[in-house]
Amino acid sequence: MEIGVAAYRKNDLNLKATELRLGLPGTDDHEMEEQTSVRNNNNKRPSPDTGDDCGVKNKSEAAGCEEVTPVAKAQIVGWPPIRSYRKNSLQQKKTETEGTGIYVKVSMDGAPYLRKIDLKLYNGYAELLKALENMFKFTIGQYSEREGYKGSEFAPTYEDKDGDWMLVGDVPWEMFMSSCKRLRIMKRSEARGLGCGV
Amino acid sequence: MRQDLVLEQMSEDDDRSQPSDLRSSSSSINKTRNCSGSISASGSSTSASSSSSASSIPLSIPVTEYQSPYPDQVLENVLENVLCFLTSRHDRNAASLVCKSWWRAEALTRSELFIGNCYAVSPVRAMGRFSRVRAVVLKGKPRFADFNLMPPDWGAHFTPWVSSMTRAYPWLEKVCLKRMSVSDNDLALLAKSFLGFKELMLVCCDGFGTSGLSFIASKCRQLRVLDLIESEVSDDEVDWISSFPEGESCLESLIFDCVECAINFEALEKLVARSPSLKKLRLNRYVSIVQLYRLMIRAPQLTHLGTGSFSPSEVMAQGDSEPDYVFAFATCKSLVCLSGFREITPDYLPAIYPVCANLTSLNFSYANITAEQLKPCHKKLPQTSNLLGLQAVAATCKELRELRVFPVEAQEDIEGPVSEVGLQAISEGCRKLQSILYFCQRMTNAAVIAMSENCPDLEVFRLCIMGRHRPDHVTGEPMDEGFGAIVRNCKKLTRLAVSGLLTDRAFSYIGKYGKLVRTLSVAFAGDSDMGLKYVLQGCPRLQKLEIRDSPFGDAALHSGLHHYYNMRFLWMSSCRLTPQGCQQIARAMPNLVVELIRYGSLENQEKLDDVETLYMYRSLEGPRDDVPEFVTILRADG
Repeated sequence: MEIGVAAYRKNDLNLKATELRLGLPGTDDHEMEEQTSVRNNNNKRPSPDTGDDCGVKNKSEAAGCEEVTPVAKAQIVGWPPIRSYRKNSLQQKKTETEGTGIYVKVSMDGAPYLRKIDLKLYNGYAELLKALENMFKFTIGQYSEREGYKGSEFAPTYEDKDGDWMLVGDVPWEMFMSSCKRLRIMKRSEARGLGCGV
Repeated sequence: MRQDLVLEQMSEDDDRSQPSDLRSSSSSINKTRNCSGSISASGSSTSASSSSSASSIPLSIPVTEYQSPYPDQVLENVLENVLCFLTSRHDRNAASLVCKSWWRAEALTRSELFIGNCYAVSPVRAMGRFSRVRAVVLKGKPRFADFNLMPPDWGAHFTPWVSSMTRAYPWLEKVCLKRMSVSDNDLALLAKSFLGFKELMLVCCDGFGTSGLSFIASKCRQLRVLDLIESEVSDDEVDWISSFPEGESCLESLIFDCVECAINFEALEKLVARSPSLKKLRLNRYVSIVQLYRLMIRAPQLTHLGTGSFSPSEVMAQGDSEPDYVFAFATCKSLVCLSGFREITPDYLPAIYPVCANLTSLNFSYANITAEQLKPCHKKLPQTSNLLGLQAVAATCKELRELRVFPVEAQEDIEGPVSEVGLQAISEGCRKLQSILYFCQRMTNAAVIAMSENCPDLEVFRLCIMGRHRPDHVTGEPMDEGFGAIVRNCKKLTRLAVSGLLTDRAFSYIGKYGKLVRTLSVAFAGDSDMGLKYVLQGCPRLQKLEIRDSPFGDAALHSGLHHYYNMRFLWMSSCRLTPQGCQQIARAMPNLVVELIRYGSLENQEKLDDVETLYMYRSLEGPRDDVPEFVTILRADG
């Protein structure tokens, strides 16, 4: 089932879809409610991280929203409006005081040399993918749990602790951060067979 | 075919025939543009005008066919000498509308070409009209591109411009680009094509790297200014600092604080030592405080300094005596502008005390220090104070004209230290404030109203309440009244950015009182189409309107038809527009380029009814020919 944008929670991609539950699809009232209230107001760009943005218009809705999202709201792309250059400078400082970053090499098929990024700088998949897009000047397609990345000739993959090559986005962000050894932006034609199949 | 940038009829007086008494002298008038020729000619022309006006104009000729009594050539000579004194492009645009000869004269004397939107006019057209330009200012992408709201490779390429300029402006001296994509090849071409090239400023640009900088450094022998401001510079592992030629350099400004890779310090030190005119130097964070010391003692004439990391590099041998930083700052007696402090160790802060009293600008926005640590700086500024943080700034910086307050953590939901208390304090202490950019987690109408009353000189008011849809946290009311007070009381306001919970009422205030507003930024605000309608119908000076995630739809868009040709651009992303609505605009306004930008590919869009991003702008050229596949341009006949 292709779940709408509202289902994209927090920093994860489609966590709800991978959750094993007993019950018919579409029986989650809370989710439908979110979907309708979100529809009018959130960032409709097919980015994985538009998350639980509650389109509040007045106090009571705001209060209602607080109840359904007890944890911190997802990061909306481009908000607050601070240039990534400045954001990265401040985040770098934060990371440096908190300890060493998680540096992984990033390669892209067809690019002459590799880059290195600090995974700790990013709050989730959306920011990471955006940074990769900017770094290598390409567009990543739309992620779906079933079909991987569609709409672009590239797909982001990573090598995990076991030496396997995985599609970026399948596992929760924290798990990804701790298991990712290196990143490779692969041509989609080669990425077939990875993750959940294309 | 020529077309003026403002689509109005110019008065045509080309068909004047010259009065017979002047025909003989007209041929002797010097056609070259020099002062002496025109002065003598103008003397005779004025006397001729008074006589011929009485004798050569029959009474039956209608007013529109008034015949000028003196030759065009003379007039143009005079004009050109007078127009040289006009520097403001707005004045020049006005002058060029008087008549064809004024248009011509102005075109020949304009030396700085400003293009606010690189797609509004083609290089060929612009250079065809203005043939004697020495400085070009070009702006490309809209501001929201800075916040990742636009996919990469959207456009704004410098390449077509630089190629045309090599042919049209061999004497080009200055190029200033903002939000353009510049390649290393572009920089190489620039460096080798313009022998007298003096100034390069790249603001929020990308697409180039240290190899491009190396071309500029090595080939531009007259280079005075190389300013890289908030641009993305890729590390091609080229030592561009070493590319500056040997011998005395005429460098006056070298700004590279945004360059995120190490530089060759020894080469930089030698460069600074041989640049006696160097006044502005802003270092990147790879320069340690020890290295900064060495540079400062070589350049005591500096007026603007970006300090780099302002902390020692890791390796400090035991027994190394620390340089006397206070001495270094004390020697730089002309310092008025200080920034940097990228990795500041607070222990070193006292080093700047000797210069505090003379500072007109102090930028700590990248420094991770507390208000407590900053306190002693305030003591060194003209007034002393025991207050903290923004309150201290308010108390000591009475002459403050511009203030920018950035968040340490750029997230929505965390508790931050900056709030309405700081804004209130600033408004009470800094009465001369003209420009403010203020990020905070929460705000009250009362504080914003206070600022509107205390700071009547405000021209720029940008308030970003980072929590979306946040109401006044004391009263629970929308922030309508606060922003309403700003537009009502700040009569000079030209730029406004709003945030927090806002209803259509806020926009009605903006439409009613914001008569001078030129730039408006809206995010997550408004209730209905009326909000946007108020603004489009009420703000006659509106030029740049950027809106995201607000419930404005086709009807609202339609209400601005009377005004879109007066604007530089309109950006609307994640609003309630449909392709049909945008198509109507394209049909009604053939000189608007209406771009629909989508982030994912079409097949993945949930509904084809949605417009993700609308970006539209007036243009003389029609749809651009470098459109990427994720952009659709709606045609007037579509």
